[in-house]
Amino acid sequence: MSYAYHEPSELDEALALLARHGDDAHAVAGATAFMLLYRQGLLRPSHVVGLRRVRSLGGIRDDGGALVIGATATHREAERSPLVARHCAALARAFASVATVRVRNQATVGGNLAHADPAQDPPAMLLALDAAVTAVSPGGTREIPLAELFVDVLTTSLAPGELITAVRVPALAPGTRAAYVKFLPRTADDYATVSVAATLRRSEDGRVADVRVVLGAVGPTPIRATSAEDALRGAAPDAARIAEAAALARDAADPIDDVRGSAAYKREMARVWTERALRSLVA
Amino acid sequence: MTERLLRFTVNGEPREVRVADDRRLVDVLRDDLRLTGTKEGCSVGVCGVCGVLVDGALVSACLYPAVFADGASITTIEGIARGGTLAPLQEAFISEGGFQCGICTPGQIVAAAALLAERPRPTDAEIDEWMTGSLCRCTGYAGIRRAIRKAAGG
Repeated sequence: MSYAYHEPSELDEALALLARHGDDAHAVAGATAFMLLYRQGLLRPSHVVGLRRVRSLGGIRDDGGALVIGATATHREAERSPLVARHCAALARAFASVATVRVRNQATVGGNLAHADPAQDPPAMLLALDAAVTAVSPGGTREIPLAELFVDVLTTSLAPGELITAVRVPALAPGTRAAYVKFLPRTADDYATVSVAATLRRSEDGRVADVRVVLGAVGPTPIRATSAEDALRGAAPDAARIAEAAALARDAADPIDDVRGSAAYKREMARVWTERALRSLVA
Repeated sequence: MTERLLRFTVNGEPREVRVADDRRLVDVLRDDLRLTGTKEGCSVGVCGVCGVLVDGALVSACLYPAVFADGASITTIEGIARGGTLAPLQEAFISEGGFQCGICTPGQIVAAAALLAERPRPTDAEIDEWMTGSLCRCTGYAGIRRAIRKAAGG
């Protein structure tokens, strides 16, 4: 039997519908992930609350140097947004590298984060950029750093009935460079075997002032390779030091065997692609 | 309420159809409106044979909830030719051999039409990037790319 579809135009209405129907309700924005899970019988809600008409959830804006992407902005809007490109070209590329143009026209930025698929592109890049989501529930609004949003495969720390309204990417410190790379041994629109999102800033003496390295698709959530970051911070990022950091990223990966490679192969590829990403940031 | 009356235009014609809330656009087009030019292949948004335009945006009709189409303007492969005359893009697919078995052709042409609407003179790299995920299992990609290039006047 079909679910009942609701399409409120106000956020309060959406929250009230989710609160009223509890576990029987599911929120959707672009509904790409939902359609797949519903068709497989993995989700069987009695009520589906569509957020696409809630205007306050859309749009992309600059907020005093921070980039704020509304939850229902599509990937395509984000990849084409001059504001996103100006804030961080690698972030625009991460949005543009999701699946195909068909999916990017429908799937939303907030939906992607709420879906919490560790093999997706934007989560790793947004985590490297120290982004946080704004979440709203009948109890109020809170900010959840991405490091605390992702709990496990397809599992977030959002409370039942709580919605992501936007993702906020703080201003990058001047001189920060960012990279997003993705290893695709099968097809151009596949999930990555491993992806690496990294940011790096050097001080005037050339040493690494700040660095963040995040691995995608090699664990139940995007993984921040803090040991690799520690090996670089304060150091001159020469080839040997980058190789050392990349080896630490390999150890930080926590992959599973699947059609995209054995766990051992993915760990090795995490090293290779971390090294490539970091080299590109100091070239 | 788990079904509703949807009103939208398909290939320029106003249509009304009563659907269950969980119907997919591909089923409404093929089964309810008998527009069977749109194909269904993988059913998971990967292969591209169900590509249609919703308010000009290319989407996979197998992943698209029909309720999202309420009030929208939809273009399917049946709407690419006008008044019984093939569009230049379709003529280019014929003259350049842009298909082999033909099952993917509706999706390829709708996807290419969306590309040319957005970028009238795409580079080969832009063609390849845009057409990623419009799969041709006969691997007729070179002819498809030639056809798009020709339709773009290049």
